[in-house]
Amino acid sequence: MADIQKAPDGIEGPGFFATKLDDVVGLARKNSIWPLPFATSCCGIEFMATMASTYDFGRFGSERPSFSPRQADLLMVMGTIAKKMAPVLRQVYEQMAEPRWVIAVGACASSGGIFDTYSVLQGIDEVIPVDVYVPGCPPRPEQIIDGFLRIQDMVAKESLSRRGSEEYKRLLAKYDFQ
Amino acid sequence: MAALTNAIVLEKLTAKFGTGIQSHEAPYGMLTIVADKNINVDILKFLYDDETLQFQFMTDLCGIHYPHQELELGIIYHLHSLQNNVRVRFKFFVSAAEPNIATATTVFASANWQERETFDFYGIIFDGHPDLRRILNVDEMEAFPLRKEFPLEDPNRIDKKDYFFGR
Repeated sequence: MADIQKAPDGIEGPGFFATKLDDVVGLARKNSIWPLPFATSCCGIEFMATMASTYDFGRFGSERPSFSPRQADLLMVMGTIAKKMAPVLRQVYEQMAEPRWVIAVGACASSGGIFDTYSVLQGIDEVIPVDVYVPGCPPRPEQIIDGFLRIQDMVAKESLSRRGSEEYKRLLAKYDFQ
Repeated sequence: MAALTNAIVLEKLTAKFGTGIQSHEAPYGMLTIVADKNINVDILKFLYDDETLQFQFMTDLCGIHYPHQELELGIIYHLHSLQNNVRVRFKFFVSAAEPNIATATTVFASANWQERETFDFYGIIFDGHPDLRRILNVDEMEAFPLRKEFPLEDPNRIDKKDYFFGR
């Protein structure tokens, strides 16, 4: 379970509190991630359970799933991605505004799963960069939540200059994004 | 009207096409005929138009690959006479070097997508087809995936490599 959010490290005195902007922005971002569920098969069903009342995904600041990539922060790819679907997935990723994160839920999205065949993409990391992989076929909601918490950690710790860095540009160039 | 039997269908076909009908059998009671690929549309049209036969519904059209045969690739038609409730199956074999056969879209409009599918997976060229391009696979695909020489597993797959298992 997520802890109650603590203030970031900083210098505190009467009437003021000084800390790093990175930490404050990270804290705000990690607790208001809008996920875009890109669900194609059974992992998507597990995600529906994750969103519903028993597991209540909204507890982690994701009360509002975004069904438009333009407002989404996190792309959650859940299920088998056929090769014919790959350009669609790339387009969805391209439409997302920076900063954006990607989580591959389940064996199929991570590696192709049992579908080692001509028609199925052998892991979405062939076409878009992935931040967190969740194993399982399909993973239980607890595992999806665990993957999401890893994303939250990454979001909280990400430096504000990362998205403009040369290293990040090289990463995108590796996947043929502008 | 007497019930239509396999024998009557076969008799009518041999009377009309003679040596064009190469062989026949009836596995599980379904008349299965191997015939000359040059007369495939003639046969379909004859069965469609004949007043007693009336094979006017094409259940299925598909391909098959026997790599050890001289004529490697097969095109299979399943026809159904709804009037008589009788089915027949036709097989036409072509060589891999020249995988051409006339399109059945002139008789059955529904052959359009099924021929595209057969082309997509086996590379069989249907001469005269109005729009012969891939239908299910990605457009960039260069191979015909259901031919036996095509490797079953995806070459991009890395997590099954031997070195992950100490082999």
